Order: sequence, then structure tokens, then C-alpha cells
Amino acid sequence: MSDAAALYRAVRLIRRFEERAIELVRSGVIVGGIHPYIGQEAIAVGFCAALRPGDLITSTHRGHGHVLAKGADPSRMLAELAGRSTGLNRGRGGSMHAADFSIGILGANAIVGAAGAIATGAAWAAQRAGQDKVVVTFFGDGAVSQGVLLETFNLASLWKIPVIFVCENNGFATTMRTEEAVAGSITGRAEAFGIPARTVDGMDPVTVLDAARAAVDLARSGGGPSFVECLTYRFDAHHTWEHAARPRYRTDEEVVAGSTRDPMEIQGSRLPADLRAGIDDEIEILLEEAVRFALESPEPDEHEALDYLYADGMRARAGVA
Amino acid sequence: MPILSYLKALNRALASEMERDPAVCVFGEDIRVAVSNVTTGLVKKFGPERVVDMPISEQAFTSFATGAALAGQRPVIEFQIPSLLFLVFEQIANQAHKFSLMTGGQAKVPVTYLLPSSGSRVGWAGQHSDHPYSLFAHVGIKTVVPATPTDAYGLLVTAIRDDDPVIMFAPAGAVSRREDVDFGQLAPVPLGSGRVHRSGDDVTVVAVGHLVHEAIAVADELAGNISVEVFDPRSLYPFDWAGLTASLERTRRLVVIDDSNRTCGIGAEIIATMVEQMTLAAPPKRVTRPDGAVLPFARSLDLAVQPTRAQLRAAVEEVAK
Ligand SMILES: Cc1ncc(C[n+]2csc(CCOP(=O)(O)OP(=O)(O)O)c2C)c(N)n1
Repeated sequence: MSDAAALYRAVRLIRRFEERAIELVRSGVIVGGIHPYIGQEAIAVGFCAALRPGDLITSTHRGHGHVLAKGADPSRMLAELAGRSTGLNRGRGGSMHAADFSIGILGANAIVGAAGAIATGAAWAAQRAGQDKVVVTFFGDGAVSQGVLLETFNLASLWKIPVIFVCENNGFATTMRTEEAVAGSITGRAEAFGIPARTVDGMDPVTVLDAARAAVDLARSGGGPSFVECLTYRFDAHHTWEHAARPRYRTDEEVVAGSTRDPMEIQGSRLPADLRAGIDDEIEILLEEAVRFALESPEPDEHEALDYLYADGMRARAGVA
Repeated sequence: MPILSYLKALNRALASEMERDPAVCVFGEDIRVAVSNVTTGLVKKFGPERVVDMPISEQAFTSFATGAALAGQRPVIEFQIPSLLFLVFEQIANQAHKFSLMTGGQAKVPVTYLLPSSGSRVGWAGQHSDHPYSLFAHVGIKTVVPATPTDAYGLLVTAIRDDDPVIMFAPAGAVSRREDVDFGQLAPVPLGSGRVHRSGDDVTVVAVGHLVHEAIAVADELAGNISVEVFDPRSLYPFDWAGLTASLERTRRLVVIDDSNRTCGIGAEIIATMVEQMTLAAPPKRVTRPDGAVLPFARSLDLAVQPTRAQLRAAVEEVAK
């Protein structure tokens, strides 16, 4: 598949996956809701397309896109969201903790800003082991207000660690606008620590891919960390609870305006119509199968609720004696 | 009589204290839009200077509140997730808590930490489902866990007026509670005063937070067979030891149901304190989360790790033998 088609396919997969997942939230199959990635797909897709299979990523509460773009099996991902034992995390993690270590996904993380330091430690270890791995850590604009991330910039820069900080500036941290939360600039934070930083259009998968390739080349060639702020927009809810609760922090007109540049359309328009339609059909079949797989998979046995708590299999004392 | 919901009770307590004392202010994330429904209407009434939306910088705003308190304000901080307390443990346990003694009594830190929807929200998985009230009682932060709307109101008012840091957990399992109340009767509830929800002669059940309602249900189920007294400490630190002693002097049989991890949970402290001072007629029992519990995502697993009504009933029957 050409680059253009592969980028489109990945964006389309995430978009349709999220739409199917929202349906499953509504029907009660997915408990706890999700943070939809709709609108931001170009970022996960562009960066993961620049990575090799052995490279690593960390993700966030809004993590489905990153996990799928890095190559996770949509069926096992959906099974995870449905809390099934065939899920990526055997039903233990759910939407906010999806991980697949076999393909370099060190996990989504439910705590804002928490994953950057983990990614940087992993990149340091890879560097130390003489591997030429690169680690990409995705986070939102909200995370740049977390102290731990700023502390991490210092370590990454001091030791020229091959980590790439990707900030998805979608304009909001839940209901708070980026400009109300961030003094100075987002890139200025990284620059203050000597980390090269740039801002790119996060709606165009090709633009993101170009920026990602430059950052990956720099990291892989020993040039150390870099920072990319991707300007984007969250088309859907912060979290699916919004569909019912309808908190008012942006107007419908604003959402329409913010959603006019759609990564799926931007990339889709670069393909011949029949090629695009063929990809769309293939993805529908894939997701149909994923939903079937998730629904038919068994739920984990409640007696095994605390399996995997300790690496050595140590059993925790029960809550009743 | 009008109906008071738990969240409305918190909202009312905040509004009435803000009305009464201009030093009371609220800090938190998304509190203007009031995504947790606790601060609904407050920004309109008191303005953004007193209802302050914060960037996602919990460590900073927790100690910022300490500073404001040292300088005469009376801040209430709303945290969106109980696990954020792990992030700000230094700011609470090592800073706010220690000022009074370390300054030889020069300083007061009247801050209230409010945790709406603590404990499991089922489906929010490992990093959103903790219930670390025992940790704060252990450190010596005044700790309250109201079970009902009226107690939520009364304890929040008391917490705000208290000159020390006070932490309030509003359990997810209790926040949907509603109560018929005469609003004129709403009053502060002193710290360290328990409440007997059902009197009984055979077994005393100490239940914490939302589990009070499970204990009442068990008392009703067993009525006519075993006479169960339901003791709700309401405040875990300070604890109403005299009230509990009075109950146990009659029943001499004790069961505690506590949503903490078992090791070093408040249930352990309650049992230890009682057996130090009296001889019980039967070995006491605890119903808790398992040791080291991390709540797994899948619904059945999440529920399997929480203390249940059935476990409580079995424990009561055992102790009553
Ligand atoms: C440290 C921390 N504080 C608060 C929260 C609650 N929370 C979850 S997502 C979110 C907003 C995050 O905004 P941003 O980082 O911009 O990412 P986005 O949701 O826009 O993808 C908040 C406040 C959290 N998970 N972790």
C-alpha cells in the first residue's frame, strides 16, 4: 500500500473504531465510557507511521488512536474495552490502560502527564542497552501544566535521551481552554530545557508524518529529544458522559467550525475514489469482526480478580477471613 | 419534606459557607462548568475570583491553597479523582499537616480537600478507583467519610470552619443518595461524633461511608433473628471511640466493613482499639478490600474486589454464633 493509502487506512480505522465504541458505550457493553479520539487521528497515525516495530510509545486516557496506530489488533482492543478475557490486558485495564508490550505499547495512562517520565526512562534504558530504539510519548495540552513532565524535560535533555514529546493541543483540557491554562507557550517549555520544539498542523497526516520523521531521525541518530506540538481539535466529547450531561463550555457553532478540517477527509481526498471505497469496505468488515469477537469472548472469572497483581504470582490476602 | 441529594448537600454547604465567610474559596478543575455537579451555580453567585478553575497542576494548587490559608483564606479544593491524592501526598502530609506544630503554633492551615465520587465508579479501572481514606487517617489528617446527604452537609460545613486541614471523601457509592429533609434542620456535624443508624443488641457493625447503607440492609435482613446495631463513625480521624465503646459494651460483638485495602486499613485500627480495651464475646471480623487491591477494569472483577453485603451478612452471622 502506498504511504497515502496507508495513512488514510489508519485514520479511517481509528475513526470507525471510535464510532463503533461509542455505540457500544450507549448499548452498555462498554462500562465506564471512553474518551473519543475523533478529530485527532492524524497525530497518532503520523507518528506511528514514522516508527519501526521495535520502537515504543506511551499513551493517555484518550488512547485508542495511539494503540491502534501502533498496530494493536482491533478485535483484542475492542474486547479489552468490553472487559473480556481475550482483551489486550485480559480485561484488567479497559479504555484508559490498554497496552500491548509485544508491539511496543507501554500502555495508556489515566493520569495526565504521568507517562512522559515513564517513556523517557524506557528510552534511556534502550539507549543504555545499545539499541537504537526511539520512544514517542503522547499527551494533551493539559499535561504541560504537570510538574513531572517539566522535570522529565530536564532529564531527557541532560542525557540526550531518544524520546519524542508529542503534545496534542486540541484546545481543551476537559472544559478548560488551553489559553486559560498555559502561560507563555507550550513549545517554550521544552525550549527552556534546550529541547528543540516546533508547532505543526495536527490535522494533516502527511504534515505530521514529515514532522515525525524528522524527530525520529534526530532521536535515532543520537541527537536527543525533541518536542512537537500538534494543533488539532477534539470533535466529540471529552468523555462519553458528556453525551448525556451536556456541560456547556463550547458552543455548537464552535464545534462545527473546529471540525471543518477533518483528517479523514484531508487524507481521503488524496486517494482515487475506488481505492478509498475499497479501504472503507475492508475496515467495515474488520470492525464487524472485532465487535463479534468482543461480544463472543468470555468475561474473566471473578475468582481471578487479583491475578497478575504481583510479578511472582504472590497472592494477596482476601478482604474477608 | 423536600428532597436533598448528596451532591446538592455538598453544593449547599459550599454556598452557605461562601455566603457566611468571604475567606472561603474553591479551587479545582472544571469547577466553573461544575462537571462533578458539586460547584453548580457557584461561579455565577461568587465570581471566578472565589471559584477558581485551575490548570492540571495539582501539586502546585494544593500547596497554593496552603499558602493562601496561611495568609487568611479558607480554601476548599475539589479533586476529580481519589488517586490524585497520591500525587499531592507530599503537599498534604508533609506540608499542610506539619505547619502548625513545626511553627510552634504560629500557623493555621484551614484547607478542606474534597473528593466527590471516591472509591470505585465501576468501569473506571485501576487508576480511578482508590479509596485511600485510611492513609490520611494514618498520617493524622482529619478525615471524614459521610454516608448520607445530611451528614455530607454537616461535615463539609464543619470541615470548612475547622482551622486544620480536613479531608472529605464522598464515596461514589453514596453520592446518588437522596434524603427527605427539613432544610432548616441542616446543621454542622462535629468531627469525631459517630451516628447509630439502627440500634441493636447482638452485634455492632461499624460501617464506613457508602457501606453504611449495606450495613443497614443487612440489619434489616437479619431483623428478628440477629439484632444488629449499625454504627457509622462519619469521621475516621478523630474517631468517636467513646460512642463505639458504649455500643460494644452492650453487644460485645464487632464486625467492621471498610472499603480500604486490608493491611493497615481503618478496620484494623477499629478492631485493635476495641480489643485493647475490652474482652469481646467472639473474635471480631473485618470485611475489606483485599491486600494491595488494584481494581481490575471488567465489571465483575471490579465488584469482586469490593466488600459486599453478602460478605457482611456472613460475618455478622459468624460473630453472632
Ligand atoms: C493529574 C490528573 N489530573 C486530573 C485528571 C482528570 N482529567 C482527566 S483528562 C483531563 C483533561 C486532560 O486534558 P488534556 O491533557 O489536554 O488531554 P485531552 O483530554 O484534551 O485529550 C483531566 C483534568 C487526571 N486524569 N490526571
